[in-house]
Amino acid sequence: MAVEPLIHELSKSERRAVRVPAPDVPATPLPPELCRETLDWPEVSEIDVIRHYTRLSQKNHAIDINMYPLGSCTMKYNPKVNEAVARYPGFAGLHPYQDPSTTQGVLELMHELQEMLAEIAGFKAVTLQPAAGAHGELTGVLIIRAYHESRGDTARTKILVPDSAHGTNPATAVMAGFDVVTIPSDARGNVDLEKIRAAVGPDTAGLMITNPNTLGLFDEHIVEVVRLVHEAGGLVYNDGANFNAILGIARPGDFGIDVMHFNLHKTFSTPHGGGGPGSGPVGVRDGLETFLPAPMVRKVEEDGDVRYEWHDPVDSVGRLHTFHGNVGMHVRAYTYIRMHGAAGLRLVSEDAVLNANYVLARLRDRFEVAYDRTCMHEFVLSGSRQKAKGVRTLDMAKRLLDFGIHPPTTYFPLIVPESMLIEPTETESKESLDYFITAMLQVADEVDESPEVVTGAPHKTEFKRLDEVGANRSLNLRWHPMAPEEAVVGEPAREAVPAD
Amino acid sequence: MSSPQDLRYTRTHEWVRIDGDVATLGITDHAQEELGDITFLELPEAGESLTQAQPFGVVESVKAASDVYAPVDGEVVERNADVVDQPELVNSSPYEKAWLVKVRLADPSQVDDLMDAAAYEAFAGEASH
Repeated sequence: MAVEPLIHELSKSERRAVRVPAPDVPATPLPPELCRETLDWPEVSEIDVIRHYTRLSQKNHAIDINMYPLGSCTMKYNPKVNEAVARYPGFAGLHPYQDPSTTQGVLELMHELQEMLAEIAGFKAVTLQPAAGAHGELTGVLIIRAYHESRGDTARTKILVPDSAHGTNPATAVMAGFDVVTIPSDARGNVDLEKIRAAVGPDTAGLMITNPNTLGLFDEHIVEVVRLVHEAGGLVYNDGANFNAILGIARPGDFGIDVMHFNLHKTFSTPHGGGGPGSGPVGVRDGLETFLPAPMVRKVEEDGDVRYEWHDPVDSVGRLHTFHGNVGMHVRAYTYIRMHGAAGLRLVSEDAVLNANYVLARLRDRFEVAYDRTCMHEFVLSGSRQKAKGVRTLDMAKRLLDFGIHPPTTYFPLIVPESMLIEPTETESKESLDYFITAMLQVADEVDESPEVVTGAPHKTEFKRLDEVGANRSLNLRWHPMAPEEAVVGEPAREAVPAD
Repeated sequence: MSSPQDLRYTRTHEWVRIDGDVATLGITDHAQEELGDITFLELPEAGESLTQAQPFGVVESVKAASDVYAPVDGEVVERNADVVDQPELVNSSPYEKAWLVKVRLADPSQVDDLMDAAAYEAFAGEASH
């Protein structure tokens, strides 16, 4: 296996990629205490840089290479127009300390995005500040806490969380100072109504629900669930991780949700993974907008003029991000919404749901289906049938790597043994869905006919089966320098010691 | 599944061994089998109090991090330093070397609420389908 040298190891004295032109302004010497004689920057040519980073990119899987059906993550294709718009100098060249009179364009975009997200999900107002989904959850739960405190209602210490939730939901509730009460799911994958009826009471601060949930199912009793929590005086938070299934079809605000985060890096096609960065705006229903983080963008119309300005909601939970969140992601999400329009967004969800149901229908006979209902944009298979033959879901996931496919999410949701959570997204064609299906069916055949092919996978990747347990038990991230003769450009520099 | 007959069990897959007023706690063979290779354990120190049905520690595997729930109320009198250093003991010896903590029982009658080996095996067999 070729180990790529660090860019520093490719350095050759005096080699240059860029010749900086002579300055056209007088030189001003820096104070001596800010100067040093040496600086260990890599000295490389442009082609060294391009080849180095291209090789690194080839070691990774990406949606730009092949399908990435990682459930609940909505790894859809990110249109390149998003990137083009985000690089407009009027956005890319801004500094957050600029006077708002010089940043009216981006403020208008942020204001419009606040309004568009509010309309899409049926809310009164939206903050763009949170940097990711879990950060949005924290923002939302702090709003729920502030709401109860503003009413002097301090006995509400419990947040209800269904057992199909992302782990971030209970973690968020604990971070915000609440006790977590886990609510089991019923036989159809909904929140168990009897259990929630028994759990709600004067100590209920709220419910954190994910609808559609991580089983890929729309809760059939969502209106009743919301009513029970509201009757007890609690608020309902919706984790918007799976919003990609219902754009233009159902609005969380309309089914009673009080607070919800959006994942721009899922539903609205901003980069997901590789550091994103993410973006997790939070919407609230009428009556909660005064608690949103400060500042918000406000539109002011005076004497026929329109301007945009920052303002602080009166009961604000405070600031949750430096400056104004990950604004570059707001530009990309805005672009995505504008490129699609209302009808296009609805089509996104219809295609996402159709794709998932098509794959489910083709795989249903060969794998256990955890909850065999019409699914939304994702579905859960169980590898329990294969496990009985000695092949774990982990092995099947590794085998999919040989087909150039990123495996689905495995072992989550926790309530399904040997689970695989599969989300194809709307951006895959029928041909690529068929390729995935063919791969899955071949793996199912191999489990019956030649299980060692699956348990020994992957066979074709640059790295074979990694010692994940060893890596977890004794993590060692120390970098070992290469000898100069090993760091050869363009060719595999050296063979790694085989793992076994 | 061969669950030791002298232990009592919870629905959250912990076991309890009673010796006078001291209870030794661990997780079951079924639990370690479901979790896979254990990579990390977080356990309370001696002197900390456990409350029945509340989490008292964390077991982390390559698959997932899971809470461990207290089968009984009590105060920790000893934690197993060996198992913290060698989490793989949970996989190789869940009922012997990989005990997690010893607890002084606050209310010995709570032990009566726990399942015996036969009841636990029936429960775990059902839960895995």
